[in-house]
Amino acid sequence: MLRLFFHSQLQLGFAQALVAALSALVVIVLARRRGIHLESETLIAMVRGLVQIIAVGSILVILLRAPRWTSGILLAAMIVAAGATSARRAKGIPEAFRVSAWAIAFGAGSIIALMTSLGVIDTAITSLVPVGSMLIANAMNSNSLALNRFRSDVLAHIGEIETALALGAEARNSVSPYVQASFEASLIPAIDSLRSLGIVWIPGLMAGMLLSGARPVYAAIYQFVVLAMIFASSGLTSLISTMLIRGRVFSPAEQLLLQPGR
Amino acid sequence: MSIPPISSVVLRAEHLGRTVHDKILIQDASFELQKGGVLAITGPSGSGKTSLLRLLNRLDEPTSGIVFVEGVDYRHIEPRELRRKLGMVTQRPYLFPGSVADNLRFGPAQRGETLPPKTIEELLAQVGLKDYAGRDVANLSGGEAQRVSVARTLANSPLALLLDEPTSALDDTAKLEVESAIQKVVRGQGLTCVMVTHDVAQAMRLASRALVVENGRIVRAGPVGEVLRA
Repeated sequence: MLRLFFHSQLQLGFAQALVAALSALVVIVLARRRGIHLESETLIAMVRGLVQIIAVGSILVILLRAPRWTSGILLAAMIVAAGATSARRAKGIPEAFRVSAWAIAFGAGSIIALMTSLGVIDTAITSLVPVGSMLIANAMNSNSLALNRFRSDVLAHIGEIETALALGAEARNSVSPYVQASFEASLIPAIDSLRSLGIVWIPGLMAGMLLSGARPVYAAIYQFVVLAMIFASSGLTSLISTMLIRGRVFSPAEQLLLQPGR
Repeated sequence: MSIPPISSVVLRAEHLGRTVHDKILIQDASFELQKGGVLAITGPSGSGKTSLLRLLNRLDEPTSGIVFVEGVDYRHIEPRELRRKLGMVTQRPYLFPGSVADNLRFGPAQRGETLPPKTIEELLAQVGLKDYAGRDVANLSGGEAQRVSVARTLANSPLALLLDEPTSALDDTAKLEVESAIQKVVRGQGLTCVMVTHDVAQAMRLASRALVVENGRIVRAGPVGEVLRA
């Protein structure tokens, strides 16, 4: 219907964005009626997301003509931004940004480097940046889930952890059950995506490839390739971040630093 | 040449304090405890009793002052070894999932030691829980769980016991059971003990000396009868 009113692609895009945003607004209103206030956080996130993606889209126009090495700089900047976003989910955990940035850099970075060197990801900037960003974004989500779950599990089990410490347990071992649970929880979205691929959803990348004329079977296989890479980079990121974070919630004298209200 | 007498002071706190975000939890706490002595720390809720106890086994870091364990500055003792020496029993037992015996084995296992079944039986007998070794901790009553917690701490062969209101979460019957188990262990083994309690009658029954803490400061200290009758 919108196409009847908007003939330029840009106008149509903004109109579509507005309609999609309105549906989100309905959710906010429904949540508000139940006493859940998401207004400011959601509105800021939506405006921010729109501005960011338009900015990146504009940069991509320039980058299409840029040398290949610039994709490295762009991906590095994405990793730093992902680390900062993820660290907000780990309030009270010391050095959360450093842990998140390193985990995403090693987790997503190593898979991107390996897959690019093996030819699974094309080195062309138009391929490396979008696919790389997908891996980084999913690694960021896994990292956020892992840190958030670890934080809440530790806060919910302070008594058990300090009892283990009081009995002479090594600090890192006293939080082992929560490290494991956080790692498992962080991988649920990646596993579910793989499990439901093609049945529950046909991801955007495959749809894009089909629209640009790729053979359907190759587009389907490549979508699986991307999801497998997402699983690998997300898993590696969560593994690294949970390994790094477990020691950081303790002081050098093996005292639990993560306490409510501190 | 005369040999200097070996001090029988097990625990000595000097000007101990902890402040978090400008809030004074404990200030200028000094006391000492002889071997075999039982010290009760009493005072109103929120006065800083538990905060003081947590400084003794370094679960929290003092922001001032120092603790000596058998004359040694406790910062020179590895934290895990310090906590083994000063065994703590918390208000709630926080038993680990598994059997009673699994819980008793936990402490020694942290040092790579295996607790023999005979020792497990002896420890459980001391707290009145003979033949409980194989029971699942999920099926224990509150009083039984707390007694397992005492036995689990004793399994580490501590130099002194730190008891943080070990009976406050229990009903009257269970409270008496746990108190009697503690009394038997402390008196029977001559264990040095620091006990936080808001129950003055319990302090009178178990302790030889007492401290009263108010607003983070020790306001009275001395023999239990003199301090708590004041």
